[in-house]
Amino acid sequence: MSTDVILFLGLAAVAIGAALGMLFSRNAVYSALFLILNFATVAVFYLLLGAPFIAMAQVTVYAGAIMVLFLFVIMLLGAEELRKRGKLGWQQPLALLLGFVLVAETAYLVFVRGDLVSQIVPAAADYGTPKDIGILLFDNYMLPFQVVAVLLLVAMIGAIVLTKDDRKIERKTSEEKA
Amino acid sequence: MIEFNPLDLLNTLPILVLVSWACALLMVNVFVPRQGKGLMVLLTALGLAVTLILSIFQAGTQTEAFKGMLAIDDFTVYMNVFILASSLVALAISHDYMQRMGLARGEYYVLMLFSVAGMMLMASAADLIVVFLALELLSIPLYVLSAFARPQVESEEAGLKYFLLGAFASGFLVYGIALVYGATGQTNLIQIFAAAEAGVETPAFLLVGAGLILVGLGFKVAAAPFHMWTPDVYQGAPTTVTAFMAVGAKAGGFAALLRVFIAAFPAISVDLAPVLAAVAAATLVIGNVVAVAQSNIKRLFAYSSISHAGFILMAFVAFGQDGLFEDTIASVLFYLVTFAIASFGSWAIVIMLERKEGRGLDLQDYAGLGRKYPALALAMAVFMFSFTGVPPTLGFAAKLFVFRVVIEGGYYWLAIVGVVTSVVSAYYYLRLIIIMYMQDGDPQVRGETWLNLATAATAVATVLLFFFSTPLFEWAAEAGFLWF
Repeated sequence: MSTDVILFLGLAAVAIGAALGMLFSRNAVYSALFLILNFATVAVFYLLLGAPFIAMAQVTVYAGAIMVLFLFVIMLLGAEELRKRGKLGWQQPLALLLGFVLVAETAYLVFVRGDLVSQIVPAAADYGTPKDIGILLFDNYMLPFQVVAVLLLVAMIGAIVLTKDDRKIERKTSEEKA
Repeated sequence: MIEFNPLDLLNTLPILVLVSWACALLMVNVFVPRQGKGLMVLLTALGLAVTLILSIFQAGTQTEAFKGMLAIDDFTVYMNVFILASSLVALAISHDYMQRMGLARGEYYVLMLFSVAGMMLMASAADLIVVFLALELLSIPLYVLSAFARPQVESEEAGLKYFLLGAFASGFLVYGIALVYGATGQTNLIQIFAAAEAGVETPAFLLVGAGLILVGLGFKVAAAPFHMWTPDVYQGAPTTVTAFMAVGAKAGGFAALLRVFIAAFPAISVDLAPVLAAVAAATLVIGNVVAVAQSNIKRLFAYSSISHAGFILMAFVAFGQDGLFEDTIASVLFYLVTFAIASFGSWAIVIMLERKEGRGLDLQDYAGLGRKYPALALAMAVFMFSFTGVPPTLGFAAKLFVFRVVIEGGYYWLAIVGVVTSVVSAYYYLRLIIIMYMQDGDPQVRGETWLNLATAATAVATVLLFFFSTPLFEWAAEAGFLWF
């Protein structure tokens, strides 16, 4: 067995364990932490597949920025503890069934139609390097890149407009005048 | 290495000016006191007017910009002029209303400008990635504007509903783009066209992808069965936002639909035509039939706008047939302008009659308008006749052109559906006229210079332009694409 396979099997165990931990933990903060662990393992998978840029994006964007935001929201809302019994009725058997279908499909692809899977050609070593992606972003995709910047600005303005409490400010200024 | 073409900046000058102007206004707004937001309106109008002039100067340009991401052609210029002129009217009917309802905040105008930039970008997008981003740039300000009257529950509901369903629809669009990319290996419209003409390995992906793009854009233009959000959002949003959204989002959505379908998908138009015909027929039937049961004027106009989306979609069905795409573009553009003029006029009258806390919006509140304010009632009657398609109003010419394209395309059954639903629509449009003239009441109208001016101008245009409809149609027919 090559080191790649050993590494993969070890990581896979961690990834699945972390995903299960996230699902079954009754404390939302633990769930979020498990999810970070899962994201980090998936990032290593990307590295194994020769996609360093996506791996780093996974760590900084998902495991970093988004999960920190999640944790903040969970703690600010005080929603750490889940109630004992959730209101999941018919969803539970359906989820089990769909999960089983997914596992069966994967098993079929891997064990019966293995020829399809092995056809995938590994990407060239210098494919999708951060430098290439950077050049693409500022060359071919200059305009979309800038539009995204404007879009984020608009979203920020929108969030502030919709959450700023104007009445409080008005009351304060009228009190000051009085 | 990175190449940069300075001409790109020149070719996209209108959008660049508009976005920079919006950013600058955001800063200016901080120093404008709450009572003096009239200054913001003036500055916003100035920005729109400057952009409008710059857009007009682009007439005759036929070029690509930013590595094929944008197409600057006659179609772009036509749409830009239309969108900017519409926004100026929307601005004119906004100021008084926003002050009266206690909503006068500078961000309103800034968000409006960003949304206009999104619409203009949609009109010139030549790449599916830009289509998606432009759609978001158009939509996100509209989500916020819909909820602008918070903490009013109806407005908050409208904003949240529009946002959630809009995000869902965007998901469809992105999935469609991904499938088209998977089938052709391209996101650029003209390269998709070339790949589809050459034949793709998995035509099913291309077809499903085109269908999902239709879902995503159909949501924006309020076509059935993706129209569910329309009545609630139109009713809950501040009325000026509704007027802006009813025209602007439709213009952006149809501009993108026209360009994407005509430029990229002629090869599969035979398969797409039945789907488009079914969507158009469903939109016509649902919009017109459900409108009959409405008693709130904003909901009535919401369903009416759904039905007009159906009429515009009718013109789409035959887009792939030889020599018909020019007529398709022209009749869609003509109908959009017709709808915009009558729509702004009627919304301006709704704004005049609306009072705080959603009063003055019932159909019965219009009783007696004909006796007390004859000019206003006459204008409203003109708009209703235009919506129905009665000569001598612009609406008649618009419907005529649409029906002509449908019949040339050979879709007689669709034309019959269109005629029958037009008759149904006459019932609810004429009912409003009957309420205005035949019933007694004491309507309270808030007149204001800009509102009066907008109403008068749109009413005169609706009648007067009818006599110039053929030259106008020929003018619209010249708004061709860069590639044809």
